Amino acid sequence: MSDSCFSLDGASIAFAAGQTILQAAMDAGHYIPHLCFHPELKPHGSCKVCSVRVDGNMMASCTTPARQGMKVESATTEVDDQRRAVVQMLFVEGNHFCPSCEQSGRCKLQATAYELQMTSPHFDHFFPDRAVDASHPDFLLDFNRCILCSLCVRASRDVDQKAVFGLAGRGIGTRLIVNSESGRLGDSDFAATDKAAQVCPVGAILRKRQGFNVPIGQRTYDVAPIRESDRGGPEKR
Amino acid sequence: MNPIAADLKSADMDTPRKPKVRIATTSLAGCFGCHMSFLDIDERLVALLELVEFDRSPLTDIKVCGPCEIGIIEGGVCNAENVHVLRTFREQCTTLVAIGACAINGGLPAQRNHLPLATLLQEVYTTRPGLAHGGIPNDPELPLPLHKVHPLHEVVKVDYFIPGCPPSAEVIWTFLSDLLAGRAPASDRRTIHFD
Amino acid sequence: MSTATGMQAARVNEIVARYQAKPASLLQILREVQECCDWISPESVGIVSRALQLPRLKIEAVATFYSFLYLQPRGRYRVLFSDNITDHMAGSRELLEQMCKRLWIEKGKVSEDGLVSVDTTSCTGMCDQGPGMLVNNIALAGLSAERVDAICDLITDQVPIAAWPSAFFAVEDNIRRRDILLKAEAVPGAALQAAFARGAEATLREILQSKLRGRGGAGFSAGTKWESCRNAQGDTRYVVCNADEGEPGTFKDRVLLHSHADAVIEGMTVCAYVIGARRGFLYLRGEYRYLLDALLAVLARRRGQRLLGEDIAGREGFDFDIEIHLGAGAYVCGEESALIESLEGKRGTPRNRPPYPVTHGYLDQPTVVNNVETFAACRLIAERGGEWYARHGTPESSGTKLLSVSGDCGRPGIYEFPFGVTVREVLNECGARNTQAVQISGPSGICLAPDEFSRRIAFEDIPTAGAFMIFDRRRDMFEVARNFVDFFKHESCGFCTPCRVGTSLLSNLMAKLHGGRGSPYDFAEIEKLNIYLQTLSHCGLGHSACNPVLHTIAKFRPAYASRLVHHEFVPAFDLDRALSTARQMTGRDDSGAHLKEDT
Repeated sequence: MSDSCFSLDGASIAFAAGQTILQAAMDAGHYIPHLCFHPELKPHGSCKVCSVRVDGNMMASCTTPARQGMKVESATTEVDDQRRAVVQMLFVEGNHFCPSCEQSGRCKLQATAYELQMTSPHFDHFFPDRAVDASHPDFLLDFNRCILCSLCVRASRDVDQKAVFGLAGRGIGTRLIVNSESGRLGDSDFAATDKAAQVCPVGAILRKRQGFNVPIGQRTYDVAPIRESDRGGPEKR
Repeated sequence: MNPIAADLKSADMDTPRKPKVRIATTSLAGCFGCHMSFLDIDERLVALLELVEFDRSPLTDIKVCGPCEIGIIEGGVCNAENVHVLRTFREQCTTLVAIGACAINGGLPAQRNHLPLATLLQEVYTTRPGLAHGGIPNDPELPLPLHKVHPLHEVVKVDYFIPGCPPSAEVIWTFLSDLLAGRAPASDRRTIHFD
Repeated sequence: MSTATGMQAARVNEIVARYQAKPASLLQILREVQECCDWISPESVGIVSRALQLPRLKIEAVATFYSFLYLQPRGRYRVLFSDNITDHMAGSRELLEQMCKRLWIEKGKVSEDGLVSVDTTSCTGMCDQGPGMLVNNIALAGLSAERVDAICDLITDQVPIAAWPSAFFAVEDNIRRRDILLKAEAVPGAALQAAFARGAEATLREILQSKLRGRGGAGFSAGTKWESCRNAQGDTRYVVCNADEGEPGTFKDRVLLHSHADAVIEGMTVCAYVIGARRGFLYLRGEYRYLLDALLAVLARRRGQRLLGEDIAGREGFDFDIEIHLGAGAYVCGEESALIESLEGKRGTPRNRPPYPVTHGYLDQPTVVNNVETFAACRLIAERGGEWYARHGTPESSGTKLLSVSGDCGRPGIYEFPFGVTVREVLNECGARNTQAVQISGPSGICLAPDEFSRRIAFEDIPTAGAFMIFDRRRDMFEVARNFVDFFKHESCGFCTPCRVGTSLLSNLMAKLHGGRGSPYDFAEIEKLNIYLQTLSHCGLGHSACNPVLHTIAKFRPAYASRLVHHEFVPAFDLDRALSTARQMTGRDDSGAHLKEDT
């Protein structure tokens, strides 16, 4: 630890060389909403939910290196309004029907929406036609809920040393794909022990035969809001 | 007594007797679960009835919504009749509230949206085994389904949203208390739920 | 295995072998497979995957990023009409409709016999001679109804494109005004000799002294870039010429590469000498595929002249050569870090910056990325000196700028002006009348109204990559903005949420207004989306995706006001039409089977 500090909503945050704003904030026990960031994986800054105002400009805090003396605003109405809009975009882009989703109560997209006091998706829904892949014996892949955060892509590539998942297409046609000739998860070398099986923030990669083993109302974010469970230290799942 | 109810009651007693606030409620493509949850406010319903009276609602059996201060709708917009009812509510109610998952993002009924309507009608009325092959019903009394199920805000302007499937009685009660007391209903991150 | 598949496999293997099965050449390999096989079949993916030892998924991820690569058959003739607003103004949409009718196909679909598909593509850079078109990625310009009929005949008769009349592929330079850059005679090797005589460090000083700023639009000092790269830690250095001229309305790089290729390549070679690079790349946009053979010939000639290769111009130890990489239809690759990703054979997703390419560029090594015109200017500076060059233009914007003038004017084409020229002077020179607006630097640039025509083309006033699209009073500026919004939606890379989703939401709202369903609510929504795009997006594409709307709202508000036909919110979709399937299925047409428009 060096003596370098920056200001986060007026609080002084110490950071080590090479740390990003989000990493330093989490180490100091401060919550900044985020979805595509995972402390064990290389940040890449795509979801933009962790955006903060740095000396006047909005920046993704997960990829912006901390700098001595920088002034970071995170918990402001203006910043939260913009984050909420991003989360709302993710909701209308896919098909997110929380009441019928097994991830409900453990879903970071949902919990982040609560945190940002989102009561409606606001925009017009795209209602895309996306498939469900149930070919794997132990896992269900529901593309309707994928938010393209690429955590599974990075986990598979960087931790599992495989390439089970990838992003294909472009623009609004960007989609998650699976590495097998058929394109199905059951024909890939995906395994339940993979890191990629554990990092999905939403209900896109779901373990089979676990449904409702924890009742709705008693799940991770039912018990404690995401700002408490995701504000630092090892990920709680 | 619930502090909010007390709050309402004192507000009520401090001022000269005001005409009651008219509220209409209905369910479009919904399951009435939000209405059931509303009834779960239990004895607070009595306190509420001192302040409000119901226009069109399953509680009154009034069929057409008249002028109201507040309209509360559960369910998504699935067919032509839903559109008529929703438009009437929007015209008649000063404040329109979407309650529950279906009203807010289409919910369960909207899970048909990825299938073409023609395929659905064919499957349900002609190809499914065990049918009498009566064909797709064409009685003018029946409302025609829309291509897709839409949340309310895609069809009319909506003033407030109460998410949940259903939202709890507490959440509904707090929301109404705020609205009736002239406060902007606050969405509390601890009570927002989508399930 | 059928003979056809066997033959295809042999060709794919040949392509892979030519690129030595290098993963960094993936995009080039896929482009060639597409070219020779008409699509990239699952078998081809398998061959490339095995040869390059890359997972299939990686190949699919790259192939699906680029518009001109197809994992499904798209016909033996793939016709793409350029869809820029200037093409529309020249009648491209009517011609597209004519072609679809003649060929009995629907836009975007492949004919039943698998022969042909017709669709649109982003600006092909033929704005001064539009409408433009690509057939199997070969450019055609100056389309007319007669030409389209003739093309339909050639396609139905299955005449190979190589046998089509050469006049169909004629592309004019249309150089209308020359200044120091276009007047200069580039004697091959002259600038290099001047640089050698001075030495690398002194040549860098000349570039710095010239105050040359990048011509791609951002205007970063070229000399500073070279200096940073020269001083950066690295095993090896690279020179990259950004010829991914994708900004709609821009075509000056096309002309430079067609008629002044030696100047560009010599500029790159001077840069290599200054920074100490041994390898260079020219990243040519896929739409300019038709220039490839001529450019390869120039490179070959220069190798013969010993101006590329080993011991260049007799200077022992100065080795440098250039490869041409072709893009495949992705505007975002014009962004330098996305371009480098693409050069490495990946999806063209802009990198997180810092670090910048000058320290961590191609293969993470120090890399200079400059625009085509910048390198051409460097050649001139190396020959004539920085002080001489800085005498042209304005103190903050030295030298000249090539403007790609198109739209409503008598003489569209290339105009070279010293920086500081006013918009009005350009309009007068190109014969524009009744001008309502000028869009400078393309959709991501700025839209000017007549009261701003005395403003100057210069980094201190109106910076530009060169596009200069003119709209006279007949044009509907709302539709101009809508065309640009759709362009950004099509070209968004999809990496970050605000741009991926926001550009679609914005496009939908503009379509809603276009469809007569607009109300003040939608107008407020558009303004909000503009803020999200501008402040939250990952790269310049998203930041500028709202510019066309912001500028036209500010300056041509009546064009929007006339679209806000409703006082209250109305749905984006037509409710009555949303009942049409049910009406059809039930055979009903009674009043209850319809929904009246909300008023």
